[in-house]
Amino acid sequence: MAGLNFIIDRMLTPYAAGPMEQFEILPIVRLDFAGVDISLTNSSVWMLIGTGAIILFFAMATRRAGLIPGRAQSTAEVLYEFVSDLVRDTIGTEGRKFFPYVFTLFLWILISNLFGLIPSLPGTPAEAHTFTPTSHLIVTLALAMTTIMIVIIYGFWKNGLKFFKLFAPSGVPLWLMPILVPVEVISFLSRPLSLAIRLFANMFAGHVILKLFAGFVVSLLAADGAIKLFGIAPFLGAIAVTALEFLVAALQAYVFAVLTCIYLSDAAHASDH
Amino acid sequence: MEAEAAKLIGAGLASIPLAGAGVGLGLIFGNFLSGAFRNPSAAAQNQPTMLLAFALTEFTGLLGFAIAMIILYTF
Repeated sequence: MAGLNFIIDRMLTPYAAGPMEQFEILPIVRLDFAGVDISLTNSSVWMLIGTGAIILFFAMATRRAGLIPGRAQSTAEVLYEFVSDLVRDTIGTEGRKFFPYVFTLFLWILISNLFGLIPSLPGTPAEAHTFTPTSHLIVTLALAMTTIMIVIIYGFWKNGLKFFKLFAPSGVPLWLMPILVPVEVISFLSRPLSLAIRLFANMFAGHVILKLFAGFVVSLLAADGAIKLFGIAPFLGAIAVTALEFLVAALQAYVFAVLTCIYLSDAAHASDH
Repeated sequence: MEAEAAKLIGAGLASIPLAGAGVGLGLIFGNFLSGAFRNPSAAAQNQPTMLLAFALTEFTGLLGFAIAMIILYTF
C-alpha cells in the first residue's frame, strides 16, 4: 500500500497537472544561433528517434535479404508492398517516382503517431516523457505544405499552364464556370490546411482523451475508502481508448498517404481531362 | 457576462459537432454493412474506402473537440 501511495503521490505532484502538459515542448540541450532559439527539444529528439528507428529497422531487415524472408524482412516487404500498391492504384505507373516520398511520409507519420502510445514511467522528469511529434500543428502543417508544394511544382512542370484545367473540369456547361471555378480554387487552397488539421486534431484529441481517463483513475484512487473501487471504470475506459488510438494512429498515417497520392494524381493527370 | 462563464459555454457549444460526426459514422458503417450483407464477396475490396470515409468523418467531430479544448485551456 505504501508503494501505491508513493506512486499516486508522485503522479499527483508536478507531473499530472492536466491533460495538456503532455504537449509542452521542453528544451533538452539549449542552443542559440545568432539570437534564434534552435534548442534540441523533446519534440526534435523524438523525431530523430523515429527517423533512426525506421532507418535501423530497414537496414536490419534488408541486411541479409533472402528468397525466403525472415520475420523482419516479411514486415518490411508487407509495408513496402502496401504503399507500393497504394501509389500504383491511385497515380498509375507514372507514380513510381513519388513512391520514395509517399513511403517516407507514411512510415514517419506512423511511427510518430505510435510513439505517443508508449506509456512513460511515473516519476520520470517531464523532459523524458514520450512525445508525439505529430500532435503539433506546425509539424503536420510542414508535412502538408511539402506535399502541396510538390503537387504545384510537379503540376506546372508536367502540364505547363494546362495545370489550371484542374479548376475547370471539361464537360461542364459554360454558365456554371463562374460558380464552379471559385469553389474548385477554394477547395484546392484548403487542401494543405485540411491535411494538416486532420492529422493534428486526431493525435491531439486522442491523447487528451487518453490522459483525461488516466487522470480520472488517479483522482479516484486518491479518494477515501470504497470510492477508490470506482477507479476501475475509467481504467477500462483508458484501455479501450488506447486500443482505439492504435487504430487511429495507423489509419491517419494511411489517410495522409492516400490523400497525398490523390493530390499527386491530380497534378499528374490535370491536362488529361 | 463573465469571461469565465462565456468560455465554458463556448466550449460546450464547440462539442455540438460530435452529434454530426456520430450520425455520419453511423451512416458509413450502417451502409457498409447493409452493402456487405447483400454482396459479401465485394466487401473486402471496399474496406479501405470505408476506413478512409471513417477517418474523414471522424475529423469533423475531432475538430469540434480540439476547438473546445483550445477554448478551455489556452484562453
